[in-house]
Amino acid sequence: MKICISASGKELDSEVDPKFGRCNYFVLIDPDTGAVTSIKNPGSEASSGAGIRAAEAIVRAGAEILLTGSVGPNSFSVLSEAGIEIYSGIRGTVDFALEEYKSGKLVVLKGPNSSPSKA
Amino acid sequence: MKIAIASGKGGTGKTTVAVNFALALEDVQLFDCDVEEPNCHLFLGFDLEPVEEVACLVPEINPDLCTLCRECASFCKYNALAALPNKILSFPSLCHGCGGCSYICPAEAIEEKPRLIGMIEKASSKNSLTFYRGILNIGEVMATPVIRALQRHIDESRPVILDSPPGTACPVLTVMGYADYCVLVTESTPFGFHDFLLALEAARALKLPVGVVLNRDGVGDSRVEDFCRAKGIPILLRIPDERMIARLYSEGIPFIKEMPEWKEKFRNMLKTINTVICKSEGV
Repeated sequence: MKICISASGKELDSEVDPKFGRCNYFVLIDPDTGAVTSIKNPGSEASSGAGIRAAEAIVRAGAEILLTGSVGPNSFSVLSEAGIEIYSGIRGTVDFALEEYKSGKLVVLKGPNSSPSKA
Repeated sequence: MKIAIASGKGGTGKTTVAVNFALALEDVQLFDCDVEEPNCHLFLGFDLEPVEEVACLVPEINPDLCTLCRECASFCKYNALAALPNKILSFPSLCHGCGGCSYICPAEAIEEKPRLIGMIEKASSKNSLTFYRGILNIGEVMATPVIRALQRHIDESRPVILDSPPGTACPVLTVMGYADYCVLVTESTPFGFHDFLLALEAARALKLPVGVVLNRDGVGDSRVEDFCRAKGIPILLRIPDERMIARLYSEGIPFIKEMPEWKEKFRNMLKTINTVICKSEGV
């Protein structure tokens, strides 16, 4: 299982970025082994459909749980089609967001909570 | 002769200029190319009739033929396709209709299907002015195909005035790219001047001759005028910041109807533009 967190940097002590589609990096954590990897968000500079490209990338990277802030309708449909569980309300560093998730402080996102940025 | 009425900033008076200009001339066509929010009709009061619907070709993926190779999704620059491990998802509203995905698909699993995004309307022929407009359906973002479809209705043998959308993005370039001359409507305020420079740059990139209409002349400062003088850009017309003009606008009346002395001014503007176009074409 991999937990994916939208962030502005690649490390556990990087600041999180609550904007799912346009964040710079996704930090992926395997809670069983503690392994930390990261991928550059291919959607960060997309002219349109940023969230779609971002969602596709984290599905491909094997994420099963996503911790983020705002998710638009297009991203949401890709993520839910792929069966990814989404939690919103992250703040602070990647590490802190992970702790908040583990202690049940983040809320499950059952639908999109932002509009797509205009093309 | 095709004259685009443009501006960087919105609300500077493009429609006011386009409508009054068109009404001042004889045997001219007016095309409202601001398909995201066409408003010329508010001042014309013509009955409009539908001409055609505008469609964009979007991909339809046959899951029986698709091998999930993901080439279509990585080809799409607008990210209208997402490749998941077990299926391809498509987002028609992001599709620009280029057809690249179906061209590139090695399994020939993609068929292009039309999706309606807007329509073209025209004024009934009993009106003296030939008037067409495009409408982009609410929720759609692809203005360019609607503008292109609209342009196909222009009678090339007669002068046409194209009321452009604001800004300097694709829809504006589609309008400017079709024109022989660009009238930039601006007001001499910091915002007006800033966005005027952007629009000027766009027109220059398209090698389009440019003239300026100073709207609400008297407000702000002289920065537009100083700039135009230094750069040799003609100021074609000055529309003063007058209560009467503002009032007529607020009532949806083209000011030329109540202030007939403006007819001559707009006709002279056409003459000036004509001279420039003839020169640039080497006639």
